[in-house]
Amino acid sequence: MRLAYLAALITWMPLAAPAFEVEEQLRYSAPDERSVLRVISTADRAAFEPIIEAFQRSSPSVTVEYTITGTTDLMQAIGTDGAVFDLAISSAMDLQTKLANDGFARSYAGADLDGLPEWASWRDQVFAFTQEPAVLVISTADFPPGSAPQTRDDLIAILRADPERFRGRVGTYDIRRSGFGYLMATQDSRNSGAFWRLMEVMGRLETKLYCCSGAMIQDVAEGELALAYNVLGSYARAQAAQIDGFEIVEFDDFVNVMLRTALIPSTAQNEVDARRFIDFLIAFRNRPDLVDASGLPAISTNALQTNSALRPIRFGPGLLVFLDQLRRSNFLRNWESSVVQN
Amino acid sequence: MHPSIRRRLFLQLSVVAAILSLAFFLVLRSVAERAAEGTQDDILAASATAIADSLRSENAAVTLDLPYSALSMLGTVSEDRVFYRVAVDGRTLTGYNDLPDPPRLGRPGEAAFHTHDYRGEEVRMVAVTRRVGSLNNTAQAVITVAQTRQGLAAISQRITATATAVGTGFFLLATALSLFAAGSALRPIDRLTGAVTRRGPKDLRPVTAKAPTELVPLVDALNSFMARLRASLLRTEDFIAEAAHRVRTPLATVRAQAEVTHRKLNKPEHKQAIREMIRAIDESSRSAGQMLDHAMVTFRTDSLAREDVELRQLVTETCDRLSPTAGLKDIALQRDLPPDDLHMKADKILLQAALLNILDNAIKYSPEDSDITVSLTREDALTLSVADQGRGFADMDLDRLMNRYERGANVHDVVGSGLGLTIAQDVARAHGGTLSIATNDGGSGACVSLILPL
Repeated sequence: MRLAYLAALITWMPLAAPAFEVEEQLRYSAPDERSVLRVISTADRAAFEPIIEAFQRSSPSVTVEYTITGTTDLMQAIGTDGAVFDLAISSAMDLQTKLANDGFARSYAGADLDGLPEWASWRDQVFAFTQEPAVLVISTADFPPGSAPQTRDDLIAILRADPERFRGRVGTYDIRRSGFGYLMATQDSRNSGAFWRLMEVMGRLETKLYCCSGAMIQDVAEGELALAYNVLGSYARAQAAQIDGFEIVEFDDFVNVMLRTALIPSTAQNEVDARRFIDFLIAFRNRPDLVDASGLPAISTNALQTNSALRPIRFGPGLLVFLDQLRRSNFLRNWESSVVQN
Repeated sequence: MHPSIRRRLFLQLSVVAAILSLAFFLVLRSVAERAAEGTQDDILAASATAIADSLRSENAAVTLDLPYSALSMLGTVSEDRVFYRVAVDGRTLTGYNDLPDPPRLGRPGEAAFHTHDYRGEEVRMVAVTRRVGSLNNTAQAVITVAQTRQGLAAISQRITATATAVGTGFFLLATALSLFAAGSALRPIDRLTGAVTRRGPKDLRPVTAKAPTELVPLVDALNSFMARLRASLLRTEDFIAEAAHRVRTPLATVRAQAEVTHRKLNKPEHKQAIREMIRAIDESSRSAGQMLDHAMVTFRTDSLAREDVELRQLVTETCDRLSPTAGLKDIALQRDLPPDDLHMKADKILLQAALLNILDNAIKYSPEDSDITVSLTREDALTLSVADQGRGFADMDLDRLMNRYERGANVHDVVGSGLGLTIAQDVARAHGGTLSIATNDGGSGACVSLILPL
């Protein structure tokens, strides 16, 4: 259901151009505007518009200014540029954690965390509202039903058994460019020794590197790729509703689950509405209609109990480790020497 | 009144309990907080050591792979913010560039702790130094790890709450116990008090109730005091009886001799002298009797006997006893008694003394050949009235009459001690009653009533 006033939605340009890169700026005007909530987010318009509209239905006097940017740009906007936003929503939980750790987030102690798992919030500053697994996407043309690899070791064995079939037809994130890819790769390396072996094998198969999940899924569906590793599961599922030709595999050994989070930047000017929006996001898991509309999987302990391989990435100072300058450059060097072998 | 021992004991024990509880609270809190701080320090030191251990030399330069556990372990206990910095020869290798240097460094391998303000919050910092590099090219690395103390504050708050609860509980328990202890310590005194107060008025036997060692001297003193009191009372009782006997008997002898002499004498002036003498002897005898009665009444009212007394009989006996005296003046003692027996709990000897004195007074002040009426009525109270036809009390202060040795204004011609009504009133009071005196209507005669509660 779309409210009439959303027809007033316009693409809105700020006067001063910020130093960080902005992909898109949207303004959802309230007909009876009493306050403005400035949101900076990494979630694209299709995913987040239903949520903003639903929020405005419960808080009709709040105009929402929605700025879409990348995870690194969001980090720069809040952590370095001191840009004024009331709410920062990002899929990079490591960067969000660092923002909170370094003092760029405000506490919201009164949030209603009842029923929210303990691992879904940190310091009363970072609040998760989605859980999005990293999955393997395989082309149905290359993998007849029942032949999909179930673990990373399976995958390594399959790739090793038939290198000619997979040469140049394997894809993954370029973790030098993608924050999500980097987060997943570092978590993989922490969880299993199989990760570096897999990178070696993929490197030898001249793996193609991507910036985004969408492109990878597209290529797998078209048969360009036989498989893509560490694809954002929520995007894959959203795509599966529209295009055929690929299948989603959640590994049995472990599946990293990324949490999309919101925090109130220390520069926030409209803390009241920001808190209201956070409460709305925490309650997101109780709104199946919004989950469907946005395509974002909500926090669910049920899902974790059904599939014990799902591992939500834990908040905490551990997430700062791979953001360490030295650690990051060493990790990228190792990764490059494994994956980018030519 | 001095404050009670129980209260003093209880208050003192409570104060001790309060001091102990407070000390307990402070010790518990300080120990627990030190333990919590120690835990944070230990984790910080382990973290810094883990980072130090990962330092390595690569192409003549120091580098490291920050171990995942080094920082993640800091997040296990609390959600505190974490900062770190690795500096080699004073230059930041990695981490938070603006993290301040430790004020002092421990020896290599030793962790130096201090507390500092960083990014608007108090942080606990640890610094570990490590020498890295090859033999001829070593560098000193300083690893600093810092963590905010919100978790510690939360723990401290919990500890304080627990310590407060435990301390309060301890205090309440100790107070309850001290209340019990005070009661239990004083129970022998209560028992002794009970044993002494339960005794009858004439019971002057030694106290035999078991007394704790501390009270033995008191009980001994009490017993010795009671023994002396008993001896003294016995002496007084003996003295009164003895005195009555010693005074009355010789007086009776003298009076008898005087009467004999009176009969033998012929000269009227001699007879007159002897009559005067007899009159004086009578008066002395009466006064001695009254004084002894008064002493006896005072003595007996202290330990009033409550025996069953039948009043009709008592009135009859007393009237019979005074009939001869009344007969001398041709006075008739009329008795107006109820048909049934009238019983009450009273001291018979005292009642008798009171009635004797009232009647004696009435006879003394009545003219010859008149009536004295003794009536006994029972309504709300028992009233024992003696009405005469004498001169009454005129219009003098009736209250004063009952004072000791106080006599009426119109009786100078009659010898008297002024004790009669005092005795009667003392008896009435000892029984919880009153003595009422009035002049009869028409101004002729007095009416004295002993009013006793039933």
